[in-house]
Amino acid sequence: MNFNLSEEQVLIRDSIARFVAENYAFDQRNVVVEMKHGFNAEHWQQFAELGWLSIPFAEEHGGFGGGPVDTMVIMQEFGRGLVAEPYLATVMLFGALLQAGGSEQLKGDYIPQIIDGQLQGAFAYLERQSRYEMTDVVTRADKDGEQWILNGEKTVVLNGGAAEKLIVLARSAGQQSDEDGLSLFLVDGSSSGLQRTVYRMTDGQEAATLSFKDVRAEAVIGTVGDGFGLMSPIVDAARLAICANALGVMEALNEKTLEYCKTREQFGVAIGSFQALQHRMVDMFGACENVKSLMLRAVCAAQDDDADARRSLLALKVMTGRAGRMIGGEAIQLHGGMGMTDELSIGFFVKRLMIINSLFGDADYHQQLFAALVNIPASSAAA
Amino acid sequence: MDTRLNEDDLAFQTEVRQFLSEAWDKDLAATYGNIATMKEGVEEWQTRLFHKGWVAPHWPVEYGGTDWNVTQSFIYNSERAAAGAPEVLPFGVTMVASVIIAYGNDEQKKKFLPRILNSEDWWCQGYSEPGAGSDLASLKMRAELDGEDYVLNGSKIWTSYAQYANWIFCLVRTDSSGRKQEGITFLLIDMNSPGVTVRPINTIDGFHHLNEVFFDNVRVPVENRIGEEGKGWTYAKSLLVHERLNIAEVASSKRALTVVREEARAEINGGKSLLDDPIFAKRLTDIEIELMALEFTELRALASISEGNPPGPESSLLKIQGTELQQAIQELRMDVAAYYSGTLQGELTPAGLGHNFADSAQKLYFRGRASSIYGGSNEIQKNITAKYVLGL
Repeated sequence: MNFNLSEEQVLIRDSIARFVAENYAFDQRNVVVEMKHGFNAEHWQQFAELGWLSIPFAEEHGGFGGGPVDTMVIMQEFGRGLVAEPYLATVMLFGALLQAGGSEQLKGDYIPQIIDGQLQGAFAYLERQSRYEMTDVVTRADKDGEQWILNGEKTVVLNGGAAEKLIVLARSAGQQSDEDGLSLFLVDGSSSGLQRTVYRMTDGQEAATLSFKDVRAEAVIGTVGDGFGLMSPIVDAARLAICANALGVMEALNEKTLEYCKTREQFGVAIGSFQALQHRMVDMFGACENVKSLMLRAVCAAQDDDADARRSLLALKVMTGRAGRMIGGEAIQLHGGMGMTDELSIGFFVKRLMIINSLFGDADYHQQLFAALVNIPASSAAA
Repeated sequence: MDTRLNEDDLAFQTEVRQFLSEAWDKDLAATYGNIATMKEGVEEWQTRLFHKGWVAPHWPVEYGGTDWNVTQSFIYNSERAAAGAPEVLPFGVTMVASVIIAYGNDEQKKKFLPRILNSEDWWCQGYSEPGAGSDLASLKMRAELDGEDYVLNGSKIWTSYAQYANWIFCLVRTDSSGRKQEGITFLLIDMNSPGVTVRPINTIDGFHHLNEVFFDNVRVPVENRIGEEGKGWTYAKSLLVHERLNIAEVASSKRALTVVREEARAEINGGKSLLDDPIFAKRLTDIEIELMALEFTELRALASISEGNPPGPESSLLKIQGTELQQAIQELRMDVAAYYSGTLQGELTPAGLGHNFADSAQKLYFRGRASSIYGGSNEIQKNITAKYVLGL
């Protein structure tokens, strides 16, 4: 039993930490998020050169063949620096779907481009009415000869402004919330009939509403009708990734708050000497340690494909949401009036936690999934 | 990073299950669970463990411990808790023995360790005093040297199971001139010495486990002193860290939660199982999720200790969260018992009362209030964490 990172993982962690230290001071980050699409294209090239974009991909396509622990390490360090580049959208979602369901031809064409930093992607799954039910899809896919035609609208598509290629979830058969009959389509960002309305999220990243009017798909990803089966494990891996990102954010918030309480003086002493504040910071520290423990639990279970993997992942997503809300709120409170301002980074970290909580379903939603998993069969036993 | 069990681990798990299925039987559980026969139950259970060689797994092998690694300790503890078997009482095997092994002389090791191992001696802990609770170092019980003996005067309080114990380990004051942490000495005292009296303290859970112990000119030979005079605080402090790790009792809480879930499943309210009540389900799953986290926090601490790091002040967090979860489970279970949570079973059987777990639910609820107080209250643990972990 050990919780140690491998040598390679330590190297990746340290190199990202160095990158963050050199490029992600608060004022540097403010410049980055003001750039086109909310990130720095030169950073993205650096990611490619350092090999970070290759990590989850198979070796046959030039990837590193990394697993959940590698992803955790990367996303946690990105979280500590509040890194703005769209790793989740392009690598963890778009890239992973392509790798899981793309034809050999598509993979050979596009995965090396992702790894080289030449291709931005996005995964368009959400719709106005779907809330957290990813199967609630009304965007239509209709067959026209050998081609598929898409009609409908996708919302809050992360990296939806920069993405040159999209993978779109659409209904090729069945009723509005059926799991069956969902399919995934590769769509070129310049397709005719595709309209983007691009906007910013509260943490600075870019998202878009995409509307499809008779848009011709470039290809089917995976099997027609089984898009949900293909995307589920990838969404789960992305859940793990964003929780790791949130963990890094929470660590950073705790460190910043602690530092502030040690230096900020009132009544002639550092405010960190007040017991009322000390106990609140201990609670913040404890909440972060809880997330870290569930993170390690979920990542080990995912790595071993353990029977406990799903339960651990759901628990992690619940606790990440709750602990994130608590730590974020406390960080603002303990920074006093300064915590309310854009002159400190605190608010931006808190906003990232808010976005992560709602991604793929919030804490309450995941707790319902968790309860259904562990309390089954409550009704049947009662009857 | 790796938490999988290998073949050896799985074989060990089978051996543990086999042993527990034989050694922790229904009769023993009944003897142990009844306050009138508890002493017998404890001694029988610990004797069975002794014969298996598992009564003090964390001791060095030369004194009768095992060479279990972290994974094996984790497996044993998980299986033991899952079987509903109790931990060994900590006062002898865990507390005083750790101090004797670390700081005692050879004579003391030879004299006391075998009798702890085979349950010949029953130890209790004399730390707190009426005027020294959270501020333990302010303790006042005097020990004055008179020839080859210390002469003790004062009292100790909250002494668990002192009514059964024949030995007590105490922190006593041998010097009041310096800082309060200095001048404290660690003594081993025969409870049968003239001048020792025990007063029972009845508690809100209806049991008698706590006591006040009075010392009136009690003579204790100098050879029963651990280490140097005036160094008792240092010895005791190292022990407190271990104590906190044990108080978390994550494995036992896992079992307790499983029990509550099944009890709740069987409770029908308005034609529906309590598990189908979304508000109840939220409370239950809140606890389960935190427990899953704490289980890994404990594993992280154990893995770190096994790599040679001393158990750190992080054990305070385990103590806080572990006891909060114990209390949350106890509270939930009492609520599952509904009206019956307020009944006193007394001499009735569960069938006579009309409810099979209400009595234990309310007793454990009240007994459990103590866990956030003992071992250093949770507020003290937060002070420790703030100071030593956060550097405040």
